[in-house]
Amino acid sequence: MVLPDFDYLAPKTLEEASNLLHELGEHAMVIAGGCDTFPPMKQGAFADCQYIIDLKHIPGLDKIEYDEKEGLKIGCLVKLFDIQTSALVKEKNPAVAQAAKYIASTQVRNKGTLMGNICAAVPSCDGGPILIAQNAKILVKGHDENRAVPAEDFFTGVKKTCLAYDEIATHIVVPPLGEDERAAYIKFATRKAMDLAIVGVAAWLKMDGETVADARIALGAVATTPILAPAAGEFLVGKKLDDAVLEACGVIAMNSCRPISDVRASAEYRRDMVRVFTKRAIRKAIEGYEGDAI
Amino acid sequence: MKKVFSFNLNGEDIQVLSEPNRTLLDLLRDDLGLTGTKKGCEAGECGACTVMLDGRPVNSCITLVAEVEGCRVITVEGVAQDGQLTPLQKQFIDKWAFQCGYCTAGMIMSAKALLERNAHPTEQEIREAIEGNLCRCTGYVKIVEAIQAVSAEMDAMGWEVKA
Repeated sequence: MVLPDFDYLAPKTLEEASNLLHELGEHAMVIAGGCDTFPPMKQGAFADCQYIIDLKHIPGLDKIEYDEKEGLKIGCLVKLFDIQTSALVKEKNPAVAQAAKYIASTQVRNKGTLMGNICAAVPSCDGGPILIAQNAKILVKGHDENRAVPAEDFFTGVKKTCLAYDEIATHIVVPPLGEDERAAYIKFATRKAMDLAIVGVAAWLKMDGETVADARIALGAVATTPILAPAAGEFLVGKKLDDAVLEACGVIAMNSCRPISDVRASAEYRRDMVRVFTKRAIRKAIEGYEGDAI
Repeated sequence: MKKVFSFNLNGEDIQVLSEPNRTLLDLLRDDLGLTGTKKGCEAGECGACTVMLDGRPVNSCITLVAEVEGCRVITVEGVAQDGQLTPLQKQFIDKWAFQCGYCTAGMIMSAKALLERNAHPTEQEIREAIEGNLCRCTGYVKIVEAIQAVSAEMDAMGWEVKA
């Protein structure tokens, strides 16, 4: 298999990348790791692409930062493996480290990025649900102006995002988890590595003692994009998390998705697994992640 | 249009003339004759083409030559030192960690990358390190044992692990 002809451009600044993208229009594609670009390209995807714009030479985009107010800020060049193994991420937001670790294989995670995972916008992408559940923002540099897009608005369809042709997604910002806030993401797949999710469920909870003060449940691989299941989160508010409440929440989540049948699972099975894994994700959020469990 | 790219390959600074759409794997095998790195799925799934890029294991089939400009690349040909096999390579032989051998180069590179960042991996960590390397012969048990043995062997001799 041979890649189609394209020219390779390696801008040194974000400004330069943005100008290139603006000038070259629809014929240019941005890459960070390229792990979701080159394999499909070998199969004939992105046939219009004449230019690859590699962001890897732009300084400053490969950092993981944490701010008490803003939360976790992950640059678009941060490799998944570095998120998975980052002491800072594991301490401040372990569910994000876990989501990163679920993706593909060690080799792919040493090249691929979390931003690339969500920009590829595969319905089963593991980066999506945890960012949506935690109300993360995607910082986008446009040619004329910049914007911050809530993760739940970022995805617009199968392999489609809200990014315009000349926009570059530069950072992911995940709000800080307060003392009474918990988050978890669980992926259900047949294999542990190199597999796509049958379903993926992320839960974010704000607790008031034993009562839920606020909650968000997000689902992957059961619609054209990763989605928020607002009704499931709202249902939990004001309730204590006993078995009956968890089951009822799982059923609401199950009824708010639109899965398809494919080689991995039937739509019916996916829906039922959303019920099961919604319960497990909520339990996991409450239980938390221990030290090296990721 | 072909361009010149410079990088360090197995300890030697080299310059190559390559099309921008050429993968590192094709360059290694077809242009440089380094056929130790194997071509399998060509989609980043099987790990047969694993090389080390700046110390990290990556799939060379989904890496452009252009992407490794200025980087340090190690292939399986660059593992042995002064013609001597490393403990990792010897253990693969002693423990019968391969049968057909097609996955071996990739396995060695993934294991080397692991041992360089973690000299005392648990079985779980070893299995995670080779999760992107498919082997259809061994069932993985012998491979895991070989990697464990390197760590133990070096420990017993009080040497630093140089995989």
